[in-house]
Amino acid sequence: MPKPKVAMYWLAGCGGCEESILDLGVDLLALTDRADIVFWPIAMDAKYRELDPLPDNSIDVVLINGAVRDEAQERMARLLRRKSKTVIAHGICAQAGGVPGLAGFHGRDKILQRAYQEVPSLESGGLPQAETQTDHARLRLPSLRESLVPLDRVIAVDYYLPGCPPPPELVKEALFNALDGELPERGSVLAESVALCRTCPRLASKPDTIHLKRFHRLYEVRWDPDRCFLEQGLICLGPATRGGCGAQCLKANMPCRGCFGPLDNVSDMGARVVAMLATLLDETDPEKLENIAAGVPDPAGLFYRYTLAASIIKRR
Amino acid sequence: MTGTEFEPKIVGFFCQWCADAAADAAGRARIALPPNLRVVRIMCSGRVAPEFILQAFAAGADGVLVAGCLDGNCHYKNGNVTALKRMAVLKTVLTPLGIDSERVRRVGIGADDAKGLARVVSDLVETVRRLGPQPRSE
Repeated sequence: MPKPKVAMYWLAGCGGCEESILDLGVDLLALTDRADIVFWPIAMDAKYRELDPLPDNSIDVVLINGAVRDEAQERMARLLRRKSKTVIAHGICAQAGGVPGLAGFHGRDKILQRAYQEVPSLESGGLPQAETQTDHARLRLPSLRESLVPLDRVIAVDYYLPGCPPPPELVKEALFNALDGELPERGSVLAESVALCRTCPRLASKPDTIHLKRFHRLYEVRWDPDRCFLEQGLICLGPATRGGCGAQCLKANMPCRGCFGPLDNVSDMGARVVAMLATLLDETDPEKLENIAAGVPDPAGLFYRYTLAASIIKRR
Repeated sequence: MTGTEFEPKIVGFFCQWCADAAADAAGRARIALPPNLRVVRIMCSGRVAPEFILQAFAAGADGVLVAGCLDGNCHYKNGNVTALKRMAVLKTVLTPLGIDSERVRRVGIGADDAKGLARVVSDLVETVRRLGPQPRSE
């Protein structure tokens, strides 16, 4: 019997998700025993023109990491969708836009202007054009979309593997379960279905109710590494974030920043964080409440750090 | 856009015990509320998740009014305090999301205060009229 076929591809992301595949280590060898990797440009010599002639649905599982930022990525996403039985959005960028999705605060024109004209280390130059005519040829570049979108805005996605990047254990589980036909219901997120808080090693120190008069920044206080961050006035997104990461940041004494995205049935993670933090405030005077809230640096960038492109206001 | 003047669309989340009762009282007293208002009756202003407000804007609202009971008078003891706290935190993210924070307001209204409600709604309508339509990125 021929081995099942697996593919991996990288769209708008930093490459950390590709690392999460390499981090499988010896399990990567087990994967090659179990399946044929037919397309994985970062690790193998693969040409796009080899992908096109494959029959539709001939790839069993494809892991696609990164969001969709330009038209070439969109084309590849559609092509891989057509060739694959199961598409797994690999990492939070593919799932919800991730950090590159924060560009949504500014829009395409502003980020191009900033990156190509305003950055102090640049000599002022032109903006990249979709087409450039030289003496010898007409050169084409894929043009940027107005906004970055999560993968499921462009193609149907079967499963989501959250994280920045997803830990290798989850990648391994997703891949092997997919090959064994043991994945849950389509549309599932392949991680915990409870908040990170529930799996946090500091959970025991979290009181039933938290009463905060102000938020602190990490450098302002000497925090107790064994106690709940929130209870110490330090913002941690654990209660609003999906668990499954193994609480790696918490174990390294850093609060959660939400890279596992929201829990099921949440339409807007930033709004969940707003509601979560609001309940902790021990104040009823509107002006004082505003002052406490003003103590959060870059609140939108923090609450939506990985999910702006999937937010109610910015998703398109 | 046709050439007509901009009429703001205001979504009101009204708690059924006070704000919605005040809207009823306005009807009985023949006090007109601006036709810009679309009311969503809810049990308590503390039920208004921040998502509801964002969803209202995404669905075409130009302004949102969350109206509950007066301070200390919440039918459920402290739902209006929850609404107050959420509003304070929500306002910190509105500007970066492209929503002027003046477009969103939270008030407490007495169940019989029809005039007060009419004043609050009219004031928000005028504020939003001055700000113009909520820009949409479609």
